[in-house]
Amino acid sequence: MSATEHGWLGKLSWESLVFSNFLESPSINEAVASAAGSLVILASIAILGLLTWYRLWGPLWRDWLTSTDHKKIGIMYIVFAIVMLVRGLLEGMVMRAQQAAAPDGFLHADHFAQLFSTHGTIMVFFVAVPFLVGLINFAMPLQIGARDVAFPVLNQISLAVTVSSGILLMVSLVVGQFSTGGWSAYPPYTGGDFSPGVGPDYWIWAIVFSGAGTTLTGINFTVTVYKCRGPGMHLFRMPLFCWTVLCASILMIFAMPPLSVAALMLGLDRYLDFHFFTNDLGGNMMNYANLFWLFGHPEVYLLVLPAYGIFSEVFSTYSAKTLYGYKSLVIATMCIAILSFTVWLHHFFTMGQSPTINIAFGIATMLIAVPTGVKVYDWMATMYRGRIRFTTPMVYAIGFLILFVIGGLSGVILANPTVDFQVHNTLFLVAHFHNVLIPGVLFGILAGYNYWFPKAFGFRLNDKLGRLSAYLWFAGFMLTFFPLYVAGLLGMPRRSFTYADLTFKPYMIVAFIGAMVVLAALITLVVQFLVSIRDRHKTRVPVGDPWDGRSLEWASPAPVPAYNFVELPTVTDRDEFSEAKEHGRAYQRPKNYRDIELPKNNPLGFILCVTSGILMFALVWYIWWLALISALAILIAVIASTFRKETEYIIPASQLEKDTEAWLALVEKSEAVSRDLEDSPRNVGYSKLEL
Amino acid sequence: MNLSSSSKSPGSIGNAHEAAHRDPAVVIFGFWVFMMSDLIFFGVVFAIYITMVGATAGGPGPKELFDFGSLFAQTMLLLTSSLTVGIATVTMRHERSRASFLFWVVITLLLGIGFLTLELYDFSEMASKGGVPSRSGYLSAFFGLVPLHGLHVTFGCLWMLVLIAQVFTMGMGQVVKLRFLRLALFWHFLDLIWIGIFSIVYFGGWVYG
Amino acid sequence: MANEPSFAQHLRSYITGYILSVVLTLAAFAAVLTIGRENKSVLLLVALLGIAQLVVQLKYFLNVTTQREYRDNLALVAFSTLILLIIVLGTVWIMGNLAVRMHATM
Ligand code: HEM
Ligand SMILES: [Cu+2]
Repeated sequence: MSATEHGWLGKLSWESLVFSNFLESPSINEAVASAAGSLVILASIAILGLLTWYRLWGPLWRDWLTSTDHKKIGIMYIVFAIVMLVRGLLEGMVMRAQQAAAPDGFLHADHFAQLFSTHGTIMVFFVAVPFLVGLINFAMPLQIGARDVAFPVLNQISLAVTVSSGILLMVSLVVGQFSTGGWSAYPPYTGGDFSPGVGPDYWIWAIVFSGAGTTLTGINFTVTVYKCRGPGMHLFRMPLFCWTVLCASILMIFAMPPLSVAALMLGLDRYLDFHFFTNDLGGNMMNYANLFWLFGHPEVYLLVLPAYGIFSEVFSTYSAKTLYGYKSLVIATMCIAILSFTVWLHHFFTMGQSPTINIAFGIATMLIAVPTGVKVYDWMATMYRGRIRFTTPMVYAIGFLILFVIGGLSGVILANPTVDFQVHNTLFLVAHFHNVLIPGVLFGILAGYNYWFPKAFGFRLNDKLGRLSAYLWFAGFMLTFFPLYVAGLLGMPRRSFTYADLTFKPYMIVAFIGAMVVLAALITLVVQFLVSIRDRHKTRVPVGDPWDGRSLEWASPAPVPAYNFVELPTVTDRDEFSEAKEHGRAYQRPKNYRDIELPKNNPLGFILCVTSGILMFALVWYIWWLALISALAILIAVIASTFRKETEYIIPASQLEKDTEAWLALVEKSEAVSRDLEDSPRNVGYSKLEL
Repeated sequence: MNLSSSSKSPGSIGNAHEAAHRDPAVVIFGFWVFMMSDLIFFGVVFAIYITMVGATAGGPGPKELFDFGSLFAQTMLLLTSSLTVGIATVTMRHERSRASFLFWVVITLLLGIGFLTLELYDFSEMASKGGVPSRSGYLSAFFGLVPLHGLHVTFGCLWMLVLIAQVFTMGMGQVVKLRFLRLALFWHFLDLIWIGIFSIVYFGGWVYG
Repeated sequence: MANEPSFAQHLRSYITGYILSVVLTLAAFAAVLTIGRENKSVLLLVALLGIAQLVVQLKYFLNVTTQREYRDNLALVAFSTLILLIIVLGTVWIMGNLAVRMHATM
């Protein structure tokens, strides 16, 4: 294990490159791997080339990479998550193709194992989390009437380490092999004795660094919601989304440490010959399972709570009604957040502990269904007699309501230990968690994307294509995952690259067809994006309020200026912007203009992104000198940045006056449109009062 | 529920010049939240240690390895440094001379370094008796936890050095003061963790191991 | 900060905390070195002394008190303690039970 065993490049050699395997022993399996590797390289070259061609390096650096603006950081999170989403979905489809083709599939067992490991890791840590963090970053400070998050530079750092971990996963496609131990990476299989390669090390460092980023994000958001609300914004006047953000952030703070500990201990086992989870010398792998799920269960609520928040905003906005049962929704959210710390054992009912313990955790698990049920009824009651418009976000929300309840019910079934003993580790479980993650989290994310897009970029997304994509998602999801419930009940194990029992085959074929529908949905999403950019002149909403929004983020122009609000609004009620519009307090000229101070650009995030990426790569490949240098670089960069004196810049009052007067003039001459015209070119973001 | 009374937000937020993130209350509260996350981090490692107390796999255990004399000395050094960092805080808050402030910071730093030296000496003694992490699950858990605390102390010492440099280059302005307040919190927090370490790791391990 | 305590008051608070902590530490060491050799229940005493010292340091060093000004911190610490207890006690319960059922030493 010492450095002397390897050369100065550690374990790295030409054989580590994915292409060398293909050249040595060409097969479809290797071709798929090489194609994926080439795709990564070609895409990177293309991006670098385009940036150079259009001379975008300067603007990219000034406006994005060094920006401390929460909106821009949010957008960068989302761009990153979308890239990872594409990769994750493609991996899912390759796996579905393999299982549909089995018993004569085209992938080797190891390659299939890498696919489900990266797919799971990516979907959870590099799609769901960063997409939600991005949306929260964008919307939450606007909703609570703040200028930025509590710690803008910290925000940058969180993004930096998340992205560098994601890039590490991309690199693993080209250099070496990723872990074959699943997204949960259970030892002893992932320990040094059984996985001597670099795979688990890729997993460990990606998890440790992105986990640190998520923890810091949690701290940042908690403090922002708790301490940085604008004047008059009492906790119980916050939009529900902010409540869910607060609870999810608390989960980040308290649930990420067990994961970091588990991954670091696994690393100690692998790198320094510790015996936390080994089979010999007193190690105990059950400790890992326990640690992992101490994190794992709160994690799923960390994902779904903000999605609930998005749906709450969507139901209320597109029903043109205040949210029904606001207080009960808040209390339900808090209950879920706390209960989510008391159920982790349901992921290892079969470990061998006593039935008493299983029953205790089984009951705790079922209890979570109660607050969730409360929420479902509240959302339905919000729609009742509302002025409902079936726009894209609303379509997602209704699909969520129906499909998520099914997924939740299959969860209640699994919460029963006796049932779980039967279907544990089968595709029934895979069906269950996709059934909560896709309608719950992914639909929430896509609803939020369609909902807030015009706020971020100043023009609406094409609604027709958006709805088409949503319906394709529904169909694709149902076709892909409902058959897996049956296959699971028939006993088909999860994570199997092939099977001998042909009873499973028809289900796998249907699931593959479903995956192709999902692919169509993904393509539609891309087309929607491109078409919307082409048609942007017809869909601009500069006034800023295209959906007759109810909360403060709609009170400013679209796109939102760097300073968010010329004058921080004084909040008097829940649904503040609705109230303001109703009582003629919206679109008012501020009493006087005053300079605004904002955090300056800072290169720290970018520096840390690069250095932490190099550090992780060096650690994975045992290149100790490089690891040392990059670790020192990180330390020096952080210390040096604390010596900066001028950390703020000022936007002068004259500039504010100019911007605001122009915007108010625009409001003056714009036509207020009714809800029927929401999707027409006449909607410039000025909503007519319809009482 | 109102804006918390300890933050001076209500007045300052309307004032465009006072950006919210520089509000001392926000900064300090943020650091508290960080410490609580770190607390859970430690707590999880403590839990692992407790589950592994018996897992010595025939190797040396607490009875053979622990030196309570050295433990007591370490405890006293750390506890005293918690007092001296407190005195430094008081001199700073009451605007006493910069020299007296720096004096107490340096004393704290020296006590911290003394603690680390003793701890490292302890580890080397343990290693000479065969107490190395690769020997057993129990020793892995021990060396996962106690050096984790030591690493935190090391980080605290580094932070102190940086702050001393900043007192000279940036002066005792609000920025440096706020940083020192956080460092002091961190230092006290590490002493709290140490109470857990000598009670659970050393005493608990010794009595049960 | 109108009613900020004076320099001496402030200092006294830290010194009180220090003296109490020293006493509690000495008591814990003494207990273990005397009764601890044959009696495992000494850990109960150690736990009580440890908790007492935690409370002392939280109050005198970290200013976590029920005073209005510090109530946010108190709530935060209380909530964190709840989660900590769930995690640690839950882990010990589960893994201890497993060890017993597997006749393993824990
Ligand atoms: C709709 C597109 C998707 C398809 C076709 C798909 C397909 C698959 C397949 C085939 C597996 C392996 C199942 C097995 O173990 O046999 C899998 C596992 C998994 N998927 Fe997906 N998936 C999709 C979306 C998602 C999303 C959106 C998420 C999360 C947000 C997700 C999270 C996971 C996780 C955590 C695993 C477990 C990985 C492991 O076993 O370690 N998937 N998926
Ligand atoms: Cu769970």
